[in-house]
Amino acid sequence: MASTLVIDKAAPTRTVKYGSMSRDRTWALRWSYFFLTLFAIFSLVPPIYMLITSLKSSAEISAATNPWWVFHPTLANYVQLLTSNQFLTFFRNSALVSILVVTITMLISVPAAFALARMRFWGSATLATGVFLTYLIPDTLLFLPLFKMFAVFGDWTGIHLIGKWYVLVIVYPTLTVPFCTWIMIGYFASIPKELDEAAIIDGASWFQTLTRIFIPVAMPGLIAATIFAFTVSWAQYLYPLVFTTATDQLVLPVGIITTLIKGDVFNWGQIMTGALLGAAPPLIIYAFLMDYYIAGLTAGATKG
Amino acid sequence: MADVTLRKVVKRYDDVEAVRGIDLDIADHEFVVLVGPSGCGKSTTLRMIAGLEDITDGDIMIGGDVVNDVPPKDRDIAMVFQNYALYPHMTVAENMSFGLRLKHYPKAEIKTRIDEAARMLDIVELVDRKPKQLSGGQRQRVAMGRAIVRNPKVFLFDEPLSNLDAKLRVQMRIEIKKVHQKVRTTTVYVTHDQVEAMTLADRVVVMNKGRIEQIGTPNDLYHHPATRFVAGFIGSPAMNFLPCRLEETSGQLHVRLTDRIAFALPPARAAHYQSVARNEKLLLGLRPEHIAEAKAHPEPGVEPFDAVLDVTEPMGMETFVYFTLEGTQVCGRVSPNAGARATGPLRLAVDLNNMHLLNEGTGAVI
Repeated sequence: MASTLVIDKAAPTRTVKYGSMSRDRTWALRWSYFFLTLFAIFSLVPPIYMLITSLKSSAEISAATNPWWVFHPTLANYVQLLTSNQFLTFFRNSALVSILVVTITMLISVPAAFALARMRFWGSATLATGVFLTYLIPDTLLFLPLFKMFAVFGDWTGIHLIGKWYVLVIVYPTLTVPFCTWIMIGYFASIPKELDEAAIIDGASWFQTLTRIFIPVAMPGLIAATIFAFTVSWAQYLYPLVFTTATDQLVLPVGIITTLIKGDVFNWGQIMTGALLGAAPPLIIYAFLMDYYIAGLTAGATKG
Repeated sequence: MADVTLRKVVKRYDDVEAVRGIDLDIADHEFVVLVGPSGCGKSTTLRMIAGLEDITDGDIMIGGDVVNDVPPKDRDIAMVFQNYALYPHMTVAENMSFGLRLKHYPKAEIKTRIDEAARMLDIVELVDRKPKQLSGGQRQRVAMGRAIVRNPKVFLFDEPLSNLDAKLRVQMRIEIKKVHQKVRTTTVYVTHDQVEAMTLADRVVVMNKGRIEQIGTPNDLYHHPATRFVAGFIGSPAMNFLPCRLEETSGQLHVRLTDRIAFALPPARAAHYQSVARNEKLLLGLRPEHIAEAKAHPEPGVEPFDAVLDVTEPMGMETFVYFTLEGTQVCGRVSPNAGARATGPLRLAVDLNNMHLLNEGTGAVI
């Protein structure tokens, strides 16, 4: 079989470009690391600065030594805040408002999203878009009419909600419900239609389909919505500033600013400590829910 | 268990009529397959039986009761979907028992039924797994198990094998047949695959453009199609249709294909077609297996002719040969030893005892 021998005359002179794919990948990786590092610096510098400042005494802060180093670390700021009744009241108000708002939001937006995504009724598509458009109106535009509404409501009924922490439980859902409904519509719409049809044939009512099929399957979406609702109600600043004034009714973001800044005296150490402590609950919640959030629960429902 | 009856059932979406008044009687224990090209209304019909679609007009009866306005859960049916539709957050056992748990069956009863179904479907060791840990075939078994444990009056299958690869499809086809032989539940099965229809059905319902073209046993449809659509749809490779006309030369009825080629009809066929007008535009329908290599001593009614092959497809057990006759591509089936080469001349013979004659205009089989 000597005739099958093939001599490739072009072989020695050919220039071979091996692995251009992997070279592209390497560059892509380098760029991603570059931007990720940049992003990490941007987002981590403020909390690190806060942490450093929170460990300093007022004297050290006003001495204006190196702002990036603690020469005499102290936990005094933490002790003062965590033993101050006022700060604990802010914390409790924030926690109560956030938990109630998250609960109310979920109770409204999950069934609403289910109805809008699955039960075809007259105007359901328009309504779904309308829900989202509501969210696009900025809260800076809404607080005046909202304030007026509560004032008028108080005049008519004698129930004065303005000034109480629980007015926020009614006000915040105007921000959270539209967006959470929108997120959940998206998640519910991605669930294959055959799944609810199978449930209906199995004898499930609409409510059972929602609670026993849709909610468990859309858990990642539910968690995303929960995180959003919690973050919005925990970090909201404008509404509590407008709607509450008495010190015992304040929530954390407003409380820290109004009580720790006296005139032109800034109690920087405690402000930073308060902000750090205030940022802790959302962080802890994220950490707990992240695994759930990432887990692809919808995998295996249908082919692929 | 129950029979299913459809009376003049119509489904209209806005201005499109998906199902145009179909009548169908499905007997108790029967396995009926609805088959047709996509958009023929077969799935819509099944979904109307399930109650997932409202019917625009007509009546659907299950077990003698009109169920037009009965919700799906009260129709006592079970459905297997093309994409399985398993609940992803539940184990196999939970998936199968979901319907029973909603109806508050006793736990012991549920367990017995799951065990029984799992054994029947050979998924006993999978009952604690989640759907995403299963292969396509296993998921389809679970979907069937979910239907079986309910012990419904009717099983509805909506293209259950379309998502499986070819080999698995054949295997699951046999499984479905076995299950039906055991449980004997009335079954309505939708597919676009005529092989599935032929192999599974007691009776096949061929649908086209929202109407029923023909209902019959698989052999009935294959050997006695009523229309050109059925003749062309059932059988693979499809039946050949050759333009032709009848003529009478010296008292003998011939079917003329071209100026050069005309075949004398065997007496039985000739008697059958005696009343057909001469010179009417007709189609000669011949299945590939009735165009074979010419033999030295042909049987009566088998007429030889010469063909020039364009393409041959050796399948092992048989060889398909393709040639052109008056611009029409024709497929024949010869034995692998017939000497069919890639291209070139071959002497073939048509078996006119198995011929069909169709009216070219109406498509009706004469």
